[in-house]
Amino acid sequence: MSDLQVFRQETRDWLETNCPQSMRSPVRNADDACWGGRNWTFKSEEQKQWLEHMAARGWTAPSWPAEYGGGGLNKAEAKILKEEMARINARSPLDSFGIWMIGPALLQFGSEELKQQHLPPIVRGEIRWCQGYSEPGAGSDLAGLQCKGEDRGDHFIANGQKVWTSYGDKADWMFCLLRTDPDAKKQMGISLVLFDMTTPGVTPKPIKLISGSSPFCETFLDNVRVEKNQVVGEVNQGWTIAKYLLTHEREMIGSFGLTDAGSDTLGQIAAKTVGVEQGRMNNPLLRADVLKWEIDAAAFALTAERVTDEVKSGQGVGATSAMLKYYGTELNKRRFELMLKIHGSDAMIWDGADSNGGWVPRSWLRTKGNSIEGGTSEVQLNIIAKNILGLG
Amino acid sequence: MAMVINEEQQMLKESAQGFLAEFAPVSELRKLRDEGSATGYNADLWRQMVDMGWAAILVPEAYGGLDFGHVGMGQIIEQTGRTLTASPLFSTAIIGASLINLAASDAQKFELLTAIAGGELTTALAVDETIHHAPTQISMTAVKQGDSYRLNGEKRFVIDGHSADKLIVAVRTSGNLGDTTGISLLILDRNSAGVEVERTEMVDSRNAAIVRFSDVSVSADNLLGEEGQGFSALSATLDIGNAYLAAEMLGIAQESFDRTLQYLKERKQFGVLIGSFQALQHRAAHWWSEVELCKSVVLKVLQSLDQGDPRSPAMASIAKAKLCEVVELATNEAIQMHGGIGMTDEYEIGFFIKRARPAASLYGDYNYHGDRFALLSGY
Ligand SMILES: Cc1cc2nc3c(=O)[nH]c(=O)nc-3n(C[C@H](O)[C@H](O)[C@H](O)COP(=O)(O)OP(=O)(O)OC[C@H]3O[C@@H](n4cnc5c(N)ncnc54)[C@H](O)[C@@H]3O)c2cc1C
Repeated sequence: MSDLQVFRQETRDWLETNCPQSMRSPVRNADDACWGGRNWTFKSEEQKQWLEHMAARGWTAPSWPAEYGGGGLNKAEAKILKEEMARINARSPLDSFGIWMIGPALLQFGSEELKQQHLPPIVRGEIRWCQGYSEPGAGSDLAGLQCKGEDRGDHFIANGQKVWTSYGDKADWMFCLLRTDPDAKKQMGISLVLFDMTTPGVTPKPIKLISGSSPFCETFLDNVRVEKNQVVGEVNQGWTIAKYLLTHEREMIGSFGLTDAGSDTLGQIAAKTVGVEQGRMNNPLLRADVLKWEIDAAAFALTAERVTDEVKSGQGVGATSAMLKYYGTELNKRRFELMLKIHGSDAMIWDGADSNGGWVPRSWLRTKGNSIEGGTSEVQLNIIAKNILGLG
Repeated sequence: MAMVINEEQQMLKESAQGFLAEFAPVSELRKLRDEGSATGYNADLWRQMVDMGWAAILVPEAYGGLDFGHVGMGQIIEQTGRTLTASPLFSTAIIGASLINLAASDAQKFELLTAIAGGELTTALAVDETIHHAPTQISMTAVKQGDSYRLNGEKRFVIDGHSADKLIVAVRTSGNLGDTTGISLLILDRNSAGVEVERTEMVDSRNAAIVRFSDVSVSADNLLGEEGQGFSALSATLDIGNAYLAAEMLGIAQESFDRTLQYLKERKQFGVLIGSFQALQHRAAHWWSEVELCKSVVLKVLQSLDQGDPRSPAMASIAKAKLCEVVELATNEAIQMHGGIGMTDEYEIGFFIKRARPAASLYGDYNYHGDRFALLSGY
């Protein structure tokens, strides 16, 4: 057996022993996922065990170096872990902006001190992070941000307003973009800083979404003290890091276009709901839309895989995160438009005994944000046109 | 299996690219069209392809082949999509070789595959009888009389039917229209008595034929496989064919994209390059994204075929359907973004849309494969 085959077998055995039964199914709704953090209440003992077992091996962040608590796996091993988890429909032990966004940025640009301080608690799910990028006047034009950080020697004093801060009220720490040089050209005077959400002067206020929940906030910064040693990379050089972080965010959001292992496919859901006669779904127009979606979804999933494999083998363009974000989110929106068509009037039930908390209409509405958050579809197309196609 | 091509396949891709760009660019297709070539392809070019071993790629080593696999051959076919190269490669070295390899006896394979690998034999598959692909809708009959069959019926859209040395025909030896059992495969000389070939010049300036059979007598020795049991080999061959048509369409989609992108960076209106208009940038970016998806499905179906993956039929339909959709987008956008010049025969971009549609329609278009994919998925 090759090393990888041995690794696969060991992983399979380990998962068999360590993945609790109830964690071997996709999350049912937003409340079912595990986000961790200081204030987290586990939904079940098994959810807690699953996180602890995986975190102990560093497998919540499989490819991060072991010295920072990560799994230390190479890309091939990480792929095997993913495949073996999918094989038993194991859900993610931890959803985390720390793992998806700030962690990769710290690994690439952070000081040794910052890595030691922040990465291990992220892996263990002890500290939950939020993203302070957007402001009322700076959305797509992010570099136009105005929140300022005034230099006070060993620290900055931050003032201003962030908005659309996902989980701002639940997070323990924020990674935040501040204008630290008011005189420099747009992109040049920005720093990426980290601070604890319990620091005096930080006030997140939840905003309710069309989907009924309040996952994001407007966050007010009022004379907030930010230590200089919590600057990622150099002062005033945050823009490059901010963009690097966005590529990771985009890949993550793009993956919403994938179907979780163990979930019914859209085709299966449709077939069960409207029925099949002589091999074909009863509603021919719905069938045509569903099969088109399934073909695109298969092509998209293969593309996500191919892009990863190409990066691993040194081929490919690498700048594909904008495409994955664009395509994956548009695909997810189409999926939920079809879910409405499939479920008919049931899909309109906002709250009802058998509606899983109005999961279908709420999820449908939530997907509308997929092509906005992390940079809109239009912005992704701009990035593709300019950076990949070289259109000025 | 990692979704990348290996070094050997990459080398084959590059050598195909270089060879085709030099000896078989789009201008060669125009020349074949304008000169009214009798075969529809250049015999010297075909000989060169054979000499490079391309006709032998899918043939097992035991029959003088290279057994290099579908991913490798797919790289060549993708390049022929970029150059719109007409040759017997598809109908002989892919369809003929695959079907014979899947269905024939050892003795037949020895004779036929060795000849294909050596470039001494060209073949054409005659399957469809209706204007839409329907491989079970076979009414052409072969009635056994002693040790031969008597063939009657008509086939259409027979690629290379006017020029191939031998025809492989799907006939009905029992059962009813629509049945999969009762379909048999026979191979016969195109020049056999009672075979009438009507060459149909297609929109892509390539050639297909309508072939009529009246009381054609074919020896029972020419049966490929068991009588009445031909459908599974036929179906597997059509999957292979569709995978390569998808690969060819990928080449078409990429080449028309590359040419259009170039044009966006050259053509000025309102004092600026037209590529600076966001309306066009977004359409180009969307088109590029779709092509990225196409690369993945094409590679995947070729890998599935090489591995004998049981999901190959579904993958073939996914790939064909996706490419039909995207090649339509690609070739339509290519003309639109070129403006008036895109409509001229003198300019080459029009050749791509004209090849794209027959390639999409052969062996089942988007509707056929979407429907088939759904059926295979249980709905
Ligand atoms: C659910 C959700 C969660 C979010 N979470 C976070 C978070 O945690 N942290 C955070 O910092 N931010 C977050 N955001 C904010 C998100 O990043 C911004 O909403 C996004 O970048 C768009 O900015 P905007 O809302 O100001 O829209 P605008 O920039 O005002 O855009 C309005 C419209 O104009 C279009 N447009 C703008 N510029 C161009 C252009 N150059 N070319 C073509 N079209 C253009 C846009 O595509 C859009 O359609 C979240 C947003 C959502 C919806």
